Amino acid sequence: MRFAVPVFPGSNCDEDCAKAVREILDRPVDLVWYKNGNLDPYDAILLPGGFSYGDYLRTGALARFSPVMDAVAEAADRGKLVLGICNGFQVLLEAGLLPGAMRVNDHLKFRCSIQTLRVENNRLPFTGLYEEGEEIRLPIAHGEGNYYCDDGTLKGLEERGQIAFRYAGENPNGSVTGIAGITNREGNVLGLMPHPERAIYGWMGTDDGARLFRSMLRYWEGMHGAA
Amino acid sequence: MVRLEERMMADRVDRASENEPGPEEIRDRECFREVGLTAEEYGSIRDHLGRLPNWTELGIYSVMWSEHCSYKNSKPLLKRFPVEGPHVLQGPGEGAGALDIGDGQAVVFKIESHNHPTAVEPFQGAATGVGGIIRDVFSMGARPVALLNSLRFGSLSNPRVRYLFEQAVAGIAHYGNVVGIPTVGGEVEFDASYEGNPLVNAMCVGVLPHEDLQKGIAQGVGNPVIYVGSSTGRDGIHGATFASEELGEDSEEKRPSVQAGDPFMEKLLLEACMELVKKKILLGIQDMGAAGLTCSSAEMAAKGNTGMELDLDRVPQRETGMTPYEILLSESQERMLLVVEDGREGEVREVLDKWGLQSAVIGRVTGDGRYRVRQKGRIVADIPVKTLVDDAPVCYRKGEEPEYYRVNADRHPEEKWKECDPGEALRQVLASPNVASKRWVYQQYDHMVRTSTAVRPGSDAAVIVLDGLDKALAMSTDGNSRYVYLDPRQGGMAAVVEAARNVVCSGARPLGITDCLNFGSPEKPEVFWQLEEAVNGMSEACRHLGTPVVGGNVSLYNESKGTIHPTPVVGMVGLVESRRHITTQEFKREGDRIFLLGETLPELGGSELQLVLDQKVSGRPPRVDLEKESQLQRIILTAIQKGWVSSAHDCSSGGLAVTLAESAFGTHLGAKVHLRTKWDPLVMLFSESQSRAVLSVSPEHAEAFAGLAEAEGVLCAEIGEVCREYLTVEVNGQPAIDARVKDLRAIWEGAIPCAMNPFSTN
Amino acid sequence: MYKATITIRLKTSVLDPQGNAVKGSLHSLGYGEVRDVRIGKTMEVWLDTPDAGEAEGRVEAMCRELLANPVIEEYEFRLEKGA
Repeated sequence: MRFAVPVFPGSNCDEDCAKAVREILDRPVDLVWYKNGNLDPYDAILLPGGFSYGDYLRTGALARFSPVMDAVAEAADRGKLVLGICNGFQVLLEAGLLPGAMRVNDHLKFRCSIQTLRVENNRLPFTGLYEEGEEIRLPIAHGEGNYYCDDGTLKGLEERGQIAFRYAGENPNGSVTGIAGITNREGNVLGLMPHPERAIYGWMGTDDGARLFRSMLRYWEGMHGAA
Repeated sequence: MVRLEERMMADRVDRASENEPGPEEIRDRECFREVGLTAEEYGSIRDHLGRLPNWTELGIYSVMWSEHCSYKNSKPLLKRFPVEGPHVLQGPGEGAGALDIGDGQAVVFKIESHNHPTAVEPFQGAATGVGGIIRDVFSMGARPVALLNSLRFGSLSNPRVRYLFEQAVAGIAHYGNVVGIPTVGGEVEFDASYEGNPLVNAMCVGVLPHEDLQKGIAQGVGNPVIYVGSSTGRDGIHGATFASEELGEDSEEKRPSVQAGDPFMEKLLLEACMELVKKKILLGIQDMGAAGLTCSSAEMAAKGNTGMELDLDRVPQRETGMTPYEILLSESQERMLLVVEDGREGEVREVLDKWGLQSAVIGRVTGDGRYRVRQKGRIVADIPVKTLVDDAPVCYRKGEEPEYYRVNADRHPEEKWKECDPGEALRQVLASPNVASKRWVYQQYDHMVRTSTAVRPGSDAAVIVLDGLDKALAMSTDGNSRYVYLDPRQGGMAAVVEAARNVVCSGARPLGITDCLNFGSPEKPEVFWQLEEAVNGMSEACRHLGTPVVGGNVSLYNESKGTIHPTPVVGMVGLVESRRHITTQEFKREGDRIFLLGETLPELGGSELQLVLDQKVSGRPPRVDLEKESQLQRIILTAIQKGWVSSAHDCSSGGLAVTLAESAFGTHLGAKVHLRTKWDPLVMLFSESQSRAVLSVSPEHAEAFAGLAEAEGVLCAEIGEVCREYLTVEVNGQPAIDARVKDLRAIWEGAIPCAMNPFSTN
Repeated sequence: MYKATITIRLKTSVLDPQGNAVKGSLHSLGYGEVRDVRIGKTMEVWLDTPDAGEAEGRVEAMCRELLANPVIEEYEFRLEKGA
């Protein structure tokens, strides 16, 4: 299984994502410059956190017009796994690959802390190694993680099991019903505000993020073999 | 004949801008005073030039000779700092200092102030302070891996102070978060003396392989000088001079002096420069920081023993009609100056284009020692470059012991407050914003990006692991300005030893420091005395601990409504030999034995308890015994390296009581403590005697640990054990504190959010 | 040449945390009559277009494609003929 991490001007978690793949999955991973419109060699795309284009205009709004995003949309369409973390989630929303939009945190401040999440659906390619309803701890670090969608969209997300994670206990940003991560209808595109790549060893404060990457690998290689 | 020609040249320049005074007018109307130069300094400039300076040249001298760039008031004192050591790769004089950490790697770090800009525009002022220090580090060729800061504000009961504090923290957070460098540590103190003059000191730590170390020099006659980054605008003109003046009533109107930062641009600049370093293209690189293009270019030429010729028409400009004076002195942010070998401009452009950065060849290195600037085909400045850097005036000032220092000698605070209940005192001290949890602050900083933060903010020192190595770096910023106010020499020493102790408690060997000296006007003899004494104390402590000063910054004239407390801030970096040694302050296991190391004396002068009970400080601060301090640090580090220590926390603000409480806050544990002492319980619990620490040790190692302390001659008392939920302390068999840790933690965590949101009902 | 002044704000159905905070501050300063505050942003876009109708169409398209996020934001703009 080959991984790509697109790099936009202003991405700053690209290396961290690549490191997680290398160290936790021991699979090949390439950083792909945003001008590159070809992601054919890859099976999974990790859109990293950061401040693509300085988050100017709106978070993720400018990155979505990069050539690499056309390739991401194509990859999603072909059933490859696409994971957007933090700014990567915001880009997926702006690009319309996931429904809804992101607002400024309700308390108006940037917030960096380790939060407790509940795994709402463990039948996704990204969550297979978690228990359903399990509480896990992952770090967040964002100023705009206040997820919004209208009631109709929310109902659809709930009915189709597209809500992957919710904040358990404190909601750190005011997101609708405490949503921390959602998928598309097909389940192969996940966007989440918390950073699983920052939670892969105990010394980081929590290693609960490692299973998210392992789940992806198990799902993919279970379907396609270890290639 | 020569003189006539020179005068004609200056006259011609004068006509380039109608609004500027001509050379004769500058002389006759003494316009040099407007840019902060004295008559004597003006005279030296005439001598250096052999003619009258024009307005542009006057501006260049004024910023190059300002305190900010030349350290003219502090230079004689700074020479006292120890700056050498076997592991020093780069001492003071470049963008940042560099120390060897083995394996061919080095750590690069520096701290710098951005006090005056923060006072007038807190968000941008603080943000650009962070931006500047990041550039200082990556212009050395190092990859920045961590940010820290040290903040001083007035009382949070003042709404203006709350605004300044909130905005400054948001500015620091914004810049570091966007660039993607974790802000892992820092400290905050609140005191009325900072009311109109807050302090924002930012520190950056970077790492590089030795061979990547860069210098800010211009070498090789004919080589191109390349400008990279943001366009130049009129922002921040005379920032360096502004930083060297007192803040007056009109400072808020000097707003144009404050620059706006663009951290996104900084991130691109950072990545592009890292790529240029790896490609080994650069001969010299320097940030355009204080005094902008002038300072960077002149310093590069002076350090390279060369000259430089610049063509201002080629400088990317954001505004039209800028005069040479404005272009040269602008402090627009996110700009770098590079010197590369002639012919390699294309390779540089290729990298810069990839990152979408504009660049321009704006001049050449020359061999004639002149700093020559052209605009529209005319020479607008022509100065012997060495006179800008090496001939800056030096002021030898004399200090005078102030009245308050003499009066304080007879005050003995510990004689009072006998009837105060220790449990209630602890609650009050924990609620003091100085001691209270700073989570409200550091929660706004991304402290985990780069996935190398092993000890997050809130412990004694932050720890960053190094990719591909078992080693780690510990870092801390410290400085108790109340101690320094009461006794600058002792306070200066305390700042150094506390920073070292913090680093040691996290499992590291202290390597060296960077410092930021924030003081009032050096023209006041009592302020100069504070500065001199503090520098002496710091120097002595650094010598004793073997931690050289490899760089730093001086911020004087911090006066608005009175003088600030003298505030030397120490940024210490230490090396953790193995990740296994990384230690934090929280208790880990029920049943672990708790040890108090070091001697407690009745030292409440300048303490947090005194401040809480008296609302002011008096007397003498705790004394530092450097010999005891190094013994203490040695045994803590040895015990940690032997694997005996579960937690280590140094005793500082708030004394033993706060140290015990904070050790319990990280977990659900508590402590049962019995103290034997000849002092009053309040003294025993709240004295801030130096060279002390609280360690918890697993029972099987307790005996060996006590033996080690005894062998080293460090006073060591087993004072209790880690238990659940409650903090109970008995002094000489009498109950002193009995509280649920949860309740204490709520006070400690709630204090700052509550102070910041006084109208909130919850 | 036309100058388009574009105002973008959150839809009324979407909670505006910044506006709420400002409203709270105004109340505490004594401006009790403030019923609501909505915060948005203004953009000035200069177009090298001779025709007003064409300019309007282009600005409309820009707003839809990039400048506003239709999920949470609404926009309006006015055009002025410039020199």
